[in-house]
Amino acid sequence: MTIEVASVAVSQPSRLWLAFSKNPLFWLGALLLAIIVAVAVLAPLIAPHDPLEQNIVARLEPPSAEFLFGTDNYGRDVLSRLIYGARISLMVGFVAILIAMTIGCTIGIVAGYVGGVLDQLVMGVLDVMLSFPALLLGLMIAAMLGASLQNLIIAIAITEIAPFARVARAPTIALKQQDFVIAGRALGFGPVRIMGVHILPNLISDVVVMSSLWMASAIRTEASLSFIGLGVPPPTPTWGSMIREGFDNILDAWWLAVFPSLAILLTVLALNLLGDALRDAIDPKLRGE
Amino acid sequence: MTTSLGNGDFIVRNLSKTFVRHGGSGARCVRAVDDVSFRVPKGTSLGLVGESGCGKSTVARAILRLIEPDSGSIVFDGIDVRAAKGAALRALRRRMQIVFQDPYSSLNPRRTIRQTLEEPLRVHLRISSKEIREKAEAAMVEVGLPREALERYPHEFSGGQRQRIGIARALVLDPELVVADEAVSALDVSVQAQILRLLEGLRERRGLSFLFVSHDLGVVRHFCDRVCVMYLGRIVEEGPTVDVFDRPLHPYTRLLRDSYPVPDPRARRPLVQIVGEVPSAANPPPGCGFHPRCARADGLCSVERPQLETVSDDRARACYDPEATDVAWGGLRIGAR
Repeated sequence: MTIEVASVAVSQPSRLWLAFSKNPLFWLGALLLAIIVAVAVLAPLIAPHDPLEQNIVARLEPPSAEFLFGTDNYGRDVLSRLIYGARISLMVGFVAILIAMTIGCTIGIVAGYVGGVLDQLVMGVLDVMLSFPALLLGLMIAAMLGASLQNLIIAIAITEIAPFARVARAPTIALKQQDFVIAGRALGFGPVRIMGVHILPNLISDVVVMSSLWMASAIRTEASLSFIGLGVPPPTPTWGSMIREGFDNILDAWWLAVFPSLAILLTVLALNLLGDALRDAIDPKLRGE
Repeated sequence: MTTSLGNGDFIVRNLSKTFVRHGGSGARCVRAVDDVSFRVPKGTSLGLVGESGCGKSTVARAILRLIEPDSGSIVFDGIDVRAAKGAALRALRRRMQIVFQDPYSSLNPRRTIRQTLEEPLRVHLRISSKEIREKAEAAMVEVGLPREALERYPHEFSGGQRQRIGIARALVLDPELVVADEAVSALDVSVQAQILRLLEGLRERRGLSFLFVSHDLGVVRHFCDRVCVMYLGRIVEEGPTVDVFDRPLHPYTRLLRDSYPVPDPRARRPLVQIVGEVPSAANPPPGCGFHPRCARADGLCSVERPQLETVSDDRARACYDPEATDVAWGGLRIGAR
């Protein structure tokens, strides 16, 4: 019996990179996200105006050479507010989802792997959390904690824990009956090693793909909470609060709601493209050899 | 090496396992393994045969503590396996390994073969990375695969190659007992032969003890010194493999043997037709589990369960029939198809 053998041994990171680089959608998503992140980071350098500076004379100006995306109800430059808003939206999205993913996955994997009473208890609590709409739950938590950027992130993270736990738990239950997990127990591996090395990597692609979607939902929740006044307090610009403010004037000042919506759309698109590319790259079976 | 308290024998006594399933209409108990006892002397191989659902895989997993048995004792080399905890259990796990049936689910798809083979060494042994690499490569070569293949992922291999990798993983820790749970059943016949030859070579070179679980009588006959025949969670017959299959003492063993096709046109015989279905383990018949399908059953069989008793020269069976020998039988409810 002979098998053909790869001529060069390729280490894992470079394999991942190879898989990435061959995927054009990855590049599109990466480019988009890179631009958005760059804009957020370089906001003070590229914003043409002060995002907070009011100019009553130039209220609700349509897009022009001076105000590329027009001005809002207080005469503030929409483009500059958009650029600064990217910081808040991205930070809330990334940090909240990162927190929710870490906690949710841990809960889901442990509950699924240990099973029994613990599983029923944990999933019961999570079901209760899931039965509230994310906005309502976020609203309750934000109201309890008070309005600030940090509390907003905590509130959104908590609302997203339950879905992450669910997405992690179901494959855990399937994986723990797989022979390679049983083999791990037979080889004397501890539960932490089995969960971390043998279960987590086999479900992380599901979680990552979902997290790109939930990041979008986190950005939406941020928008809604900001509008109600439980998000980042005004006048700090966030995309969500900009849409809500623009919504009142949608008929005579379309640019107020359209540009922040476009910003959210592009961000979500970039996240979804990256999520798909990551899933394909992580799964060796989907890799073109 | 581990200090030896016994003589390397593996002894199971009165092992039982009941699964309880909580359904809509209350709990249902399935007695998967019922009072099973056997012994695997060091360096020998014991076959465990029976049809699907007879509990043989549960036995295989229970003796490795992958499923916790309800009662009974498991002793390996003088050490009580059931009582072992923590470090003692880990030390035991090093010495007893398992090879699985399905080569596709037995390897972690996200790990290279090198990672799969080196992980147990890293967990159990305090040796240098270089030694770990060498051991993994040696295991790979021992199962007949090139060491370059270590860098690959499981999906790049065929079923037979994966089974070799599964065997290599079981061997890296130099175990003394290997439980082969239908280890060749999922493979093509030609690959089966290769894997069997590999296992045989390993047994001879390393002096391994084997518990060989299979439904394939031909494979068991080829590989095992002794055999236990299981039916509905109980052992119904036990003895040297060749004797048991040539001269079965239990009607069920005979039925099993006669159902097995013989690849010789001159030895063609009518295939046996079995009356009745295997009773559900959730609702076993009273008395002998086999009596509803047994032509030689009489009143006692449906009332009291026959115990596994030594009959003669190294053989045991659980049957009341006084003249259940190969020659005397004609009465088993069989007919030409």
